[in-house]
Amino acid sequence: MSTMTKRIRARRTEVHNAEAMSHSGPALKTFGYLAMVITLLVVAVPLFWVVVTSFKQRPDIFTQPAEWWPKHPTTDGYHNAVFGIPFGSYLRNSLIITGVLSATKIVLGVLSAYALSLLRFPGRNLVFIVVIAALMVPNQITVISNYALVSQLGWRNTFQGIIIPLAGVAFGTFLMRNQFLSIPTEIIEAARLDGAGPLKLLWRVALPMSWPTLVAFSIITIVNEWNEYLWPFLMSDDSRTGTLPVGLTLLQTTDGITNWGPVMAATVLAMLPVLIVFLVLQRHMIKGLTAGAVKG
Amino acid sequence: MTSAAVPPAPVGDPPRRRGRPIGEWTLAGLLLLPNLVLLVVFTYRPLIDNVRLSFTSWNISAPVAHYIGTANYVRWWHDPNSHQVLINTVVFTVATVGVSMVLGLALAMLLDQKLRGRNIVRSVLFAPFVISGAAVGIAFQFVFDPNFGLIRDLAQRVGVTVPDFYQQPHWALFMVTVTYIWKNLGYTFVIYLAALQGRRADLDEAAEIDGASPWRRFTKVLLPQLRPTTYFLSITVLLNSVQVFDIINVMTRGGPQGYGTATMVYQVYKETFVNSQAGYGATIATIMFVFLLVVTLVQVRLMDRGRQT
Repeated sequence: MSTMTKRIRARRTEVHNAEAMSHSGPALKTFGYLAMVITLLVVAVPLFWVVVTSFKQRPDIFTQPAEWWPKHPTTDGYHNAVFGIPFGSYLRNSLIITGVLSATKIVLGVLSAYALSLLRFPGRNLVFIVVIAALMVPNQITVISNYALVSQLGWRNTFQGIIIPLAGVAFGTFLMRNQFLSIPTEIIEAARLDGAGPLKLLWRVALPMSWPTLVAFSIITIVNEWNEYLWPFLMSDDSRTGTLPVGLTLLQTTDGITNWGPVMAATVLAMLPVLIVFLVLQRHMIKGLTAGAVKG
Repeated sequence: MTSAAVPPAPVGDPPRRRGRPIGEWTLAGLLLLPNLVLLVVFTYRPLIDNVRLSFTSWNISAPVAHYIGTANYVRWWHDPNSHQVLINTVVFTVATVGVSMVLGLALAMLLDQKLRGRNIVRSVLFAPFVISGAAVGIAFQFVFDPNFGLIRDLAQRVGVTVPDFYQQPHWALFMVTVTYIWKNLGYTFVIYLAALQGRRADLDEAAEIDGASPWRRFTKVLLPQLRPTTYFLSITVLLNSVQVFDIINVMTRGGPQGYGTATMVYQVYKETFVNSQAGYGATIATIMFVFLLVVTLVQVRLMDRGRQT
C-alpha cells in the first residue's frame, strides 16, 4: 500500500515540476543548458590541456599555435616522470603517511567524540571548546615552533616527524560528536540498562548507528592528508619521506627550464588516484562536508 | 536492536548508576588524553611560543633566540614588503571569498533546476576540490604559460594579446586567484546546493502565487532562508583562503619581484625558512593570528545577531 501512495506522490511532484518548468519557459531553459556547458568547459578544458600535453613529444609542446591533439603521441613523458624522479618512493611515502595518519585521526576522533558526547565528566564543555578552538589556528602559523621542536628531536626526514604533529583531530571530533548526540537518548539508556559498559556502548550501539558519518569523516580525512603540503614539504629534503605533492615540487625545481611533458605526466599521475576515489565515493564525502555546515 | 523496545528509563537514577561516575571520568580522560596532548603540544604550544619568539632575533637552526624587544613589530610596520603583502592578502581573500560565494550560489541555483545531465555537471564541478593544490598549481602554471599556455593559445585564436602572467605582479596575483577559485568553487557550490535542497520550498511557492517578481523572491525569500549557510561559508571559506600556501609556492614562490603574490602565510614561510629570520616570521604569524581572530569573532557576532532577527 505504501508503494502505491509513494507512486501517487511521485506522480504529483512530477506534474508539479512540469508546471514549474513551463513557467520558466524555453528561453530560460536554453540559458540553463548554455550555463551548464560553459561550466563544464571551464572545469574540463584545463584538465584536458594537461592530459594532452602529457602525451606530447617535447618539440610539439613548444609550437604555436598549440596542438589540441598530439600529432606524435608518446608516453615518454610518463616514462620520464616515473623513472626520472623516484616516483615510486613518493607514491610509497604518500601511501604510508596518508594511511597511518588517517587511521590515527579516525580512531582519535571517534574516541574523543564519544567521550565528549556520551560520557559524563566535569569540565566536558570546556574540553570540547579546547578541541574545537584548534580549528581556528591555521597549521601554517604553528610550523615555526613545531619545526624547531621536531628538528631538535632529530625527526626531520622521518615518518614520525611528519605524522605526529599532524595527528590532532578537531574537525572530525566535532563531526562525530554531533552524530553521537543525534542518537536518541532512549536507545543509549536502554543499552545501559541492559548492562552495556561504556566501551561496549561505543562499539555495539553508537558506532553501528553512525556508519555514514564515520565513512564521510574517513574519506574527508584521507583526501586531506593525501593533499597535505606545507608540513611534509618542510620536513622532507628528498624522496626518503617526501610525498607526491612534495615530489611534484622537486621535479619542478630540478630542471632549470621546465620540461613540461614529464611534469604534466607526473601531475596527471598525482591527480588520478584521488579523482578515482572521488568518483566512487563522492556522495559520502559531500555528506560529511554538508553535515558540518548544517550543524555549524 | 531489541534494546529499542525496552520502555523508557524510570524517573530518578536507577541504583546501578551510583557507582559509575568515577570510572566514567577515568575512561573519558583516557579516551581524550592522546588527542588533547597532540593539540596542546602541536597547536596551542606553538601559538604561544610564536608570541615569545616574535620578540627575538632568531635563526631557526640556532639553539638560542636573542631578545630584541618590539624591534620586529616596528620593522613589520615600516617594511614596504609587509605593506605589499597586506594588500595582496586582502585582495586575494576578498576576491576568492566573494567570487566563490556568488558563483557557488549561482551554480547551485542553476543545478538545482530540473535540467538533463545536471548530475554530471555537479560531479565535474566538485572534482577539482579533491585534487591537491600542488598538482592544480603546476597544471595551471602551464595553462597560464605566457608563451605556450592554454590561455595564450585561446587568446591568440581570437586575436587578443595576453599579459605576461609570470612577470607582472598584478597579473601574477590574478593568475593565482583564478587558480584558487577554480580549485575551490566546488566547495561553496556543494554547501549551497545542500542548503537549497533542504529548505522549505512552500514559502517560495506562496510568494510566486502572490505574484512577487523573481528578483523579489530571490532577495526577500531565498537569501534570508540561506542566511545561516552564507554565514557559515563566509567563515570557513575565509579561513581556508587566508591559509593558502601550496598554490602560491608552486606557481610563483611568492614572486614576481620578491613579494608580488605573497600573502601573510607565504611571508611567514619566506622570512622563517628562506631568509632565516624566524623571529621576524613569528612576529608576522602572531599579527596574522590576531587579525584572523578579530575577523572571525566579528563574523560570529554577525551570525548570532542574524539568527536572532
